[in-house]
Amino acid sequence: MGKKMDDTAKADGLSGKEAGSFSLIPETSEGLQEMQLEDQTNPNELSTEFGSTLRLPEGIDVNPADIDIEFADEKMIINMGPQHPSTHGVLRLMMELDGEVILRTKPVVGYLHTGMEKTGENLTYLQGPTNVTRMDYLSPLHNELVFSLATEKLLGLELPERATWIRMLMTELNRCTSHLMWMATNGMDLGSTSMMLYGFREREMILAFFEKVTGLRMNHNYIRPGGVAADLPDGWEDDVMSILETIPGRLDEYDELLTGQPIFRERVDNVGILTAEQAVALSATGPILRSTGVAWDLRRDMPYLNYDQVEFDVIVGSVGDCFDRYSVRLNEIRESLRIIAQVVEKMPSGDYRIQDKKVTPPPRIRIDESMEALIHHFKLFTHGFKIPEGEVYVAVESPRGELGCYLVSDGSNRPYRMHIRGPSFVNLQTLPAMLRGGIIADAIAAISSVDPVMGEVDR
Amino acid sequence: MSTSEILHVERAGYLAAIEDLKSQGFEMCADVTAVDYLTNMGRQLPDGVVPQRYEVVVVLLSLAKRSRMRIRVQVPEDDPTIETLFFLYPGSEAMEREVYDLFGIKFVNHPDLTRILMPQDWDGHPLRKDYSVGAVPVQFKSVNGAG
Repeated sequence: MGKKMDDTAKADGLSGKEAGSFSLIPETSEGLQEMQLEDQTNPNELSTEFGSTLRLPEGIDVNPADIDIEFADEKMIINMGPQHPSTHGVLRLMMELDGEVILRTKPVVGYLHTGMEKTGENLTYLQGPTNVTRMDYLSPLHNELVFSLATEKLLGLELPERATWIRMLMTELNRCTSHLMWMATNGMDLGSTSMMLYGFREREMILAFFEKVTGLRMNHNYIRPGGVAADLPDGWEDDVMSILETIPGRLDEYDELLTGQPIFRERVDNVGILTAEQAVALSATGPILRSTGVAWDLRRDMPYLNYDQVEFDVIVGSVGDCFDRYSVRLNEIRESLRIIAQVVEKMPSGDYRIQDKKVTPPPRIRIDESMEALIHHFKLFTHGFKIPEGEVYVAVESPRGELGCYLVSDGSNRPYRMHIRGPSFVNLQTLPAMLRGGIIADAIAAISSVDPVMGEVDR
Repeated sequence: MSTSEILHVERAGYLAAIEDLKSQGFEMCADVTAVDYLTNMGRQLPDGVVPQRYEVVVVLLSLAKRSRMRIRVQVPEDDPTIETLFFLYPGSEAMEREVYDLFGIKFVNHPDLTRILMPQDWDGHPLRKDYSVGAVPVQFKSVNGAG
């Protein structure tokens, strides 16, 4: 930012020093990561603004060299974030504005980067879920699931049926909590404070169930390679049934509160429109892609776990605006509840983790009786287990889109490389397309509708 | 589990191979990542593929055919460059910036090849195997008057 401020000062006939009050401390500047003035920006980057790299009809003939760079006095580049309440964490958007109209947007990320992929290379496969669960902190169970599935695919394990169904139950409940949280914050961003409280109230109900099952409300480390950490507690059916009975009624209340409400509709209808071509070109997945009318859901199209044995609908939108993304998520909660009801019905009895001594520690009771069991337990948790050499890419449908895990093993007890394809990270690229030509107030609605979780964007 | 195929391509024919795949219906680029095989050069590879230090891994997705394709490209240590996919798949932009940031592999013709997760003035590329954990010294300062 400092550089640009200096440039403006120079244009006004001031030297950098005289304009000292304008310039920021150089060390805090992100330099080239920031949005540059148009004449300092790569023409190819500018050409995305006209859709020429997105292969859009209006942009298909634009030659990057022909783009006119206007030097209008009204244009300015401003920062939104990283400490803006509507950016859901530490997302920083640099916007070029003409009055109140947004011309260009550039997301600047990395403020929450903690090197989790590097950390993952130094943890054993059993410690891995503890690490990945902290990436997307609103859907921790999906992160654990994708890591465990990748590990199991490299090992060639066949899971017991009950473990698979427990995983489905927990991840679908997690989808509900994540979407409910989104409903709450989206309502808050658009001025509906009561929605904030309602969303959290319903989410709390499911989190209480998570606490009962896993011991923790977030970052559970519950789904592990080889199965799940513990069996479902006694009486879990009653808890799930009360969730299934309560939430649909509450969703209808949301419909009354928001869906039909003119003030809310004014904020979201035809705001932040993304077309199907743009969404596919920009690799968007999840509710963003579905809201444009592309029926793509990994649970149906590339089934994992037992999703091929349950019935559910893939919710799609038609316009691709903020309202479509809202209604896709709202109805996905209903579909998740439908899946959960089927899972409860089909839950088989049996083992909740694989009975393979290489992967599964001995039961707690055995440790008190047998020295060998104690040693076995100790070895498993300190050294872990080795995985044959290989590489694998596994993807699941997280509440935000395709959550992928690329795992490379060199035959040791730690991943040689662990890469998580975070859906929020990729989905953020749709923001410049959504915001172009809109006004700042619409930006709030659009940012919220992308549902970025910065823990996953920055990893 | 989904069907997934693996394709090894030469770096010289990388862009042409991806363009060919795109015309075959792989309309989305799901993932771009890389691996530094510095300490595992003897890994298993099909015949004819010469192992190099870096490997760029691209995952393409065909929505119509419901299939995935994983493309693995060997990138040598002395010239860590590869063509960008930006003009075929604009969505690969941020992912390629991430690979550049964390591995130091340069994407030729990328419109905005800057660091994305690390600060701009950062030294080194953290996910390389010769970049050890704890390479950045942490200085603990004593509080004035304490101790």
